[in-house]
Amino acid sequence: MNVAIKPGAGAQTLLEVSGISVSFDGFKAINNLSFNIGPTELRAVIGPNGAGKTTFMDIVTGKTRPDEGSVLWGESSTNLLRLNEAKIARIGIGRKFQKPTVFEDQTVTENLMMALKANRSPFAVLGWKAGDADRARVEEIAAQVGLADQLPRKSGELSHGQKQWLEIGMLLAQEPKLLLVDEPAAGMTLAEREQTTALLVDLARDHAVVVVEHDMEFVRRLNCKVTVLHEGSVLAEGSLDHVTADKRVIEVYLGR
Amino acid sequence: MKSGFLAKNPSVLWFLLILAVFTLGVTFLSHAYGPGAISTSMVKTLGKTLCLCLIAIAMDLVWGYTGILSLGHFAFFGLGGYMIGMWLMYERTRDIVLKSAGEFPMTPQEVNDAIGTQIFGVVGGSDLPAIWTFAGNLPMQLLFVVLVPGLLALIFGWLAFRSRVTGVYLSILTQAMTLALSLYLFQNESGLRGNNGLSGLQNIPGVSAGQDHLSIWFLWASALALGLGYIAASLIVSGKFGSVIRGIRDDEARVRFLGYSVEGYKLFVFTLTAVIAAIAGALYYPQAGIINPGEMAPIASIYLAVWVAIGGRGRLYGAVMGAAFVSIVSSWFTGGRVPDLPLGFYTIDWVDWWQVLLGLAFVLVTLFAPKGLSGLIDLFEGIRRPNRHGAPLGLDKGSFREEEAQE
Repeated sequence: MNVAIKPGAGAQTLLEVSGISVSFDGFKAINNLSFNIGPTELRAVIGPNGAGKTTFMDIVTGKTRPDEGSVLWGESSTNLLRLNEAKIARIGIGRKFQKPTVFEDQTVTENLMMALKANRSPFAVLGWKAGDADRARVEEIAAQVGLADQLPRKSGELSHGQKQWLEIGMLLAQEPKLLLVDEPAAGMTLAEREQTTALLVDLARDHAVVVVEHDMEFVRRLNCKVTVLHEGSVLAEGSLDHVTADKRVIEVYLGR
Repeated sequence: MKSGFLAKNPSVLWFLLILAVFTLGVTFLSHAYGPGAISTSMVKTLGKTLCLCLIAIAMDLVWGYTGILSLGHFAFFGLGGYMIGMWLMYERTRDIVLKSAGEFPMTPQEVNDAIGTQIFGVVGGSDLPAIWTFAGNLPMQLLFVVLVPGLLALIFGWLAFRSRVTGVYLSILTQAMTLALSLYLFQNESGLRGNNGLSGLQNIPGVSAGQDHLSIWFLWASALALGLGYIAASLIVSGKFGSVIRGIRDDEARVRFLGYSVEGYKLFVFTLTAVIAAIAGALYYPQAGIINPGEMAPIASIYLAVWVAIGGRGRLYGAVMGAAFVSIVSSWFTGGRVPDLPLGFYTIDWVDWWQVLLGLAFVLVTLFAPKGLSGLIDLFEGIRRPNRHGAPLGLDKGSFREEEAQE
């Protein structure tokens, strides 16, 4: 058993990022960053532009390789740095992008069916037929994200907010253990934001959820532990009130 | 399930119907089975066109659906032709050798040597190269029609996709492969008669029927292959597999984050379409009668892309329409039967100017009618497809749109 030492991280650590650094053309995007999250935890990651939030997600999902450090996953401490993006997605890390990226040329149903947890090999997919259970699951997810009556529509026709929801729906369909959510509330109305908050809080009951967000009001509603990034490393960690009281945080982020 | 598939893909029924009517029509107008209103050479042209339609379907799968602009599929087409051509030439030569020997018995070794001299005399050789080992064995050569191009595509694709070569760089790589293969085959040492190629392929050993009947049989075989190819391709693109490959075309990074191995899918489609192209080639060259390395020059594969673009990418019937239309119009223009156009100061000879016309048509279709000829069917049905948002960044449909690329 891999018992986490850090308080507040739960009994176990699902994702353990330690001492990663990465630089692009001499610019240190991530500098000796360490980050842990438990299997059922909601965490907000905030920081000014260029703090390394997106690069951090890129590293965890396999898009970017760090120059040094380690990223370990789950009880068996799988080294994620050895896996490619597709394999990382298959072991249970789902990602929602900042810009809604759905397949606009395809219907909402097709988007969700593609995301639905199933064997991903070309041969299995070639012979795959949507069963009643799959259709029911797609309808259930669509209802959950408020797209129940949009299923036959091309996702390119959806509004910006609806695309955000569809992407969240695709994330749910993947049934990941860890959800990395990049600015989920961008472009949403106030009512939609509240819905998103409720959904994320609800998901964190049995998933690990990392939310990257600019909007402080949104983070306050999430009511969870906050990690503040600055210049590629962790500046402060704790409750929102705790970190907003931190002098350095005020200096680099809130004070501006 | 079957009825559901047809209901979702009405084009399949229409396609099969039109194909059947066409094939029967040609049959009962031919010399062999009718009044002879369609000449045997015309039947062959039509049969060859069906094969070109089949490779166009392969091209549409790999380019229109998966977004890989391959400029090398005619290499697989040609290889398929060579594989069947080897058997045709070997068996026919053997018949001739045995006939000329008359009553004198020959040992198998003598027969083999005589065949070698007959086939390779033209390039100054007399030995059958090792690659001709199974040339007398029809099942083996038929297997090679599928295996040799399939294996080449598998190895090439594995190397290219594994390194994540995409877009125009991949196109250049595929073109380089085609050029290398064609240059290799131009050499006499390649063992396939260099620039002479293989000839006399229109004569099927062991079949005494004349060309008028043979041409119709090949038309049927080509139509059957095209029909089956169309059904198979429709099945592939209509299900989740189709969703995934269209996803790869539009945003492959996103597909990766859904847990699909993009490289595996590309390799699968590339190899499968290479095999389809090879089968089309194996049916085409017995109708053409001759194959030489010039057929595999890069320009042929570029034409293939032009057909699919003119017909309309991302729709199977579009690819078929493009290949049929362009190749029939092309053989009309280049056949010298189109009257010259005198402009007073210059006379346009269509045999020379046809390619300019084709190039112009390609540019115009790309700019103003990205759905190509198949867009006419939309107009007919009154279907309006939703516009994808953002302007295209590249010249092909598979390229990123502005919004998607900014991530």
